[in-house]
Amino acid sequence: MIPDMTDLDHLESQSIFILREAYHRLKPLAMLWSLGKDSNVCVWLARKAFLGQVPFPVMHVDTGKKFPEMYAFRERYAKEWGLDLIIGTCPPVEEIDPSLPPAARSAARKTAGLATLIERHRLAGVIAGIRRDEQATRAKERVFSPRGASHRWDVRNQPPEFWDQFVTPIEDGAHVRVHPLLAWREVDIWRYIARENIPVVDLYFSRDGKRYRSLGDQDITSPVASEAGSVEEIIAELYATREPERAGRAMDHESEDAFERLRVAGYL
Amino acid sequence: MNVPLDPALAAAEMPTPIVIVGHVDHGKSTLIGRLLHDTDNLLAGKLDAARLSSEKRGLGIEWSFLLDSLQAERDQGVTIDATRLPFTLDGRGFVIVDAPGHRQFLRNMITGAAGASAAVLVVDVTEGVRDQTRRHAMLLRLIGVAEVIVVLNKADLLGFDRARIDAVAAHLTALLAPLDITPRAVIPVSARHGDNIAARSSHLAWHTGPTLIEALAALPRPLPAVSGPLRLSVQDVYRQGERRFVVGRIESGRLAVGDTVAIGAAGHRATITAIAGWPTPPAQSAGAGQSVALELAPEVVVARGDLLYHPSAAPLRARRLATRIFWLRQEPLRLGESFQLRLATAEYKVRVSAIERVVRIDDLSAEAGTEVPPEGFADITLTAAEEVLFDPFRPEGGGRGVLVDGHQHIVGGAPILGVAAGREHVFPLDAAVSHTARAAAKGYRGAVFWLTGLPGAGKSTLARQAEQRLFADGIDAVVLDGDTLRTGLNADLGFSPREREENVRRTAEVARLMAEAGLVVIVALISPQAAMRAEARRVGGDLFHEIHIAADVATCEARDPKGLYAKARAGTLPGFTGIDGSYEAPAAPDLRLDTGRLSVGVAAEALIAFIAEAIAPKDTAAADGTAVDNGAAALARL
Ligand SMILES: Nc1nc2c(ncn2[C@@H]2O[C@H](COP(=O)(O)OP(=O)(O)O)[C@@H](O)[C@H]2O)c(=O)[nH]1
Ligand SMILES: [Mg+2]
Repeated sequence: MIPDMTDLDHLESQSIFILREAYHRLKPLAMLWSLGKDSNVCVWLARKAFLGQVPFPVMHVDTGKKFPEMYAFRERYAKEWGLDLIIGTCPPVEEIDPSLPPAARSAARKTAGLATLIERHRLAGVIAGIRRDEQATRAKERVFSPRGASHRWDVRNQPPEFWDQFVTPIEDGAHVRVHPLLAWREVDIWRYIARENIPVVDLYFSRDGKRYRSLGDQDITSPVASEAGSVEEIIAELYATREPERAGRAMDHESEDAFERLRVAGYL
Repeated sequence: MNVPLDPALAAAEMPTPIVIVGHVDHGKSTLIGRLLHDTDNLLAGKLDAARLSSEKRGLGIEWSFLLDSLQAERDQGVTIDATRLPFTLDGRGFVIVDAPGHRQFLRNMITGAAGASAAVLVVDVTEGVRDQTRRHAMLLRLIGVAEVIVVLNKADLLGFDRARIDAVAAHLTALLAPLDITPRAVIPVSARHGDNIAARSSHLAWHTGPTLIEALAALPRPLPAVSGPLRLSVQDVYRQGERRFVVGRIESGRLAVGDTVAIGAAGHRATITAIAGWPTPPAQSAGAGQSVALELAPEVVVARGDLLYHPSAAPLRARRLATRIFWLRQEPLRLGESFQLRLATAEYKVRVSAIERVVRIDDLSAEAGTEVPPEGFADITLTAAEEVLFDPFRPEGGGRGVLVDGHQHIVGGAPILGVAAGREHVFPLDAAVSHTARAAAKGYRGAVFWLTGLPGAGKSTLARQAEQRLFADGIDAVVLDGDTLRTGLNADLGFSPREREENVRRTAEVARLMAEAGLVVIVALISPQAAMRAEARRVGGDLFHEIHIAADVATCEARDPKGLYAKARAGTLPGFTGIDGSYEAPAAPDLRLDTGRLSVGVAAEALIAFIAEAIAPKDTAAADGTAVDNGAAALARL
């Protein structure tokens, strides 16, 4: 008798299905690895989907402002997991649209770094571990989200997507953002990390009454008050909390439309 | 802090997805905002942010801003794209999908609704049933969302007046009945003020049915599709060293190591030798919903799109499919158009061969039509280039056809209802006097000889010479010439790629009919594209022979019997094959005659010899004693 699938089994299976569709349809393909919890789960799922070996490069768009723990994590697991790691750099903030609020402008460096990588490697597909429950505009995303040659997200004109049929544009210079974790919630990510024993950066765990819930650049990310020192305690905390996940991300809160503008321009 | 592992960590059920649908401005987003708020599902700061955004636009609190996150949505007060939000009710998980109600955004509504297992249909009681109320109800039916809760919103604007609200309820029930939708509940509410959402309203004391959250809590949980026959649509085949893994998701049923499975239309058999896992050990069995990697023995050919099934429970197969479509392109769907039909991971080339019934949206009645309008619904017949393996559409899965155009855009959904009536009814006629029987009686077999080549290559000349000689020898040979057909049967066709395709298709069909009737048919048609000739070969089956009348452009242009090359060079014949229209020479024709090097006489002899050889009766019953067609053999002896 086959045991009934749990919700995590369903989420995992659907994500694997998506990754395999992306690998079949989009060449060349790469996965973004921000070193955070979601992208670690993403890499883990890719290893499962392809039976241990991720068959495409994993890209870290390095703003140069990440925490030292994150760089150490990157070096260790890139080796341990046998990843084909590509590191991209970002332009200085002076080169970014000055009309953006300060934190958003700083975050937009990553958009520029990503664009460079996509163009250099002529990528047709970029896998990113964003989730619907993180942020209100991400809640409107597609699993296969087409980007035109300018990389813009045409949020007013997204293609239909149903019955697991994913559309892939064929224009020159266009690419598709693939989002295998869209249906996962924050607490699902942690439950899966616990179940599969997936390593994460220590910054997620409480130190001196504070922990990072979401990891971005050092200067625009702040820790939240928390006593959770283990994955299990984080899960318990998430079931109880009312605070949104990205409360510590300055760029989300600068103005009503800051995040939408970032995303339309190509941010994750 | 020492927390026991939450039971939800070990196992939890999937949340129930619910889509909120209805006409624009009838209060869907407001309803959801209110629902989230009244059931304490809002994260800190969200309400304040929504209030701030409302004030900035000079509005009182707009509950819809909790969902409508885009600037354009807030500025215009309209939902553009679907939002999905997790939502918990007494420990049970739901995902609420806010669908746009504007006709223009129907594709987004479907994107949100297709995965739902239940729907809340919102109707503004001051407006009653409107276009998108009907369209959405129709869609729920088409995509198989059977559980429907009706919410009669804005009851406050009618002073909660029972008689007027009941009138709208009656109208709505009448709309849903022919669609086979019986609402689980019909609930009068005021979304804006929270009446009958989470709490029973004193204004609506006459309502004895459930509140919205009571109705949601009573919805059945979505069932896993484990029951049903095994269906796995192959996604890919991976190699690791010597090992080969067939990967895909089990759509229904279950499989186990040791099972014999049939693969694709050819139905080759193989045994499942392993269900691989990483980093977990291999499994012994797996069921619906699981993404698996299988090892099979022997090493049969498996490719993406192949369906794996147990031989005892095979799917249906047909080339003509009856489908009930919802059309999403901004232009009408027309008879004769070609698409790619996607069915799980399989892709088939299909043509719209009939538009049976088109739904009129104002009363949901259906009538015959020649095209399907944007956002329309219709029953159409799709004819595929090859046999399609399918199960009829069921809400739980199966038969989920999707139409994709040449630009890789999804242009419609095509739930497959079954095998379309049509050609199937023609076969019995064929069987009465079989092809072999005719061949035996006449002493030669009817066949199609398809002469393709550049204009001026010599197709017509050779075809006519062969026709004369064969006729003189007592063989009924006939030439179908492209130019001649264009004055009659194909007079309505021009030279666009689609019309050229249709020209070839008709010619191929006519040629086959004539060959089946025992004639030797010689077709002289440029048919420049390999795909067109492949279609002709498919239509003709084993009666078909492709003959390339080869001569290079320079040679043909030097001959230019009709002066067409000269006109094309002068620019008065755009798209002329050989000049600015491409000609794809066949890679492996059954015969190639290079008229640049052979004289007409020699080439004609070679053609006639080839034809004579091909039409000689293959009377296997007499030749090697194998009875292929008893009826024919008997007839031959008479
Ligand atoms: N009076 C009243 N107005 C409502 C009610 N529900 C929604 N509205 C208003 O109707 C308008 C359209 O609502 P919205 O939720 O955007 O409709 P949607 O297009 O169906 O999502 C908004 O101005 C709402 O405030 C209600 O129960 N009573
Ligand atoms: Mg709305």
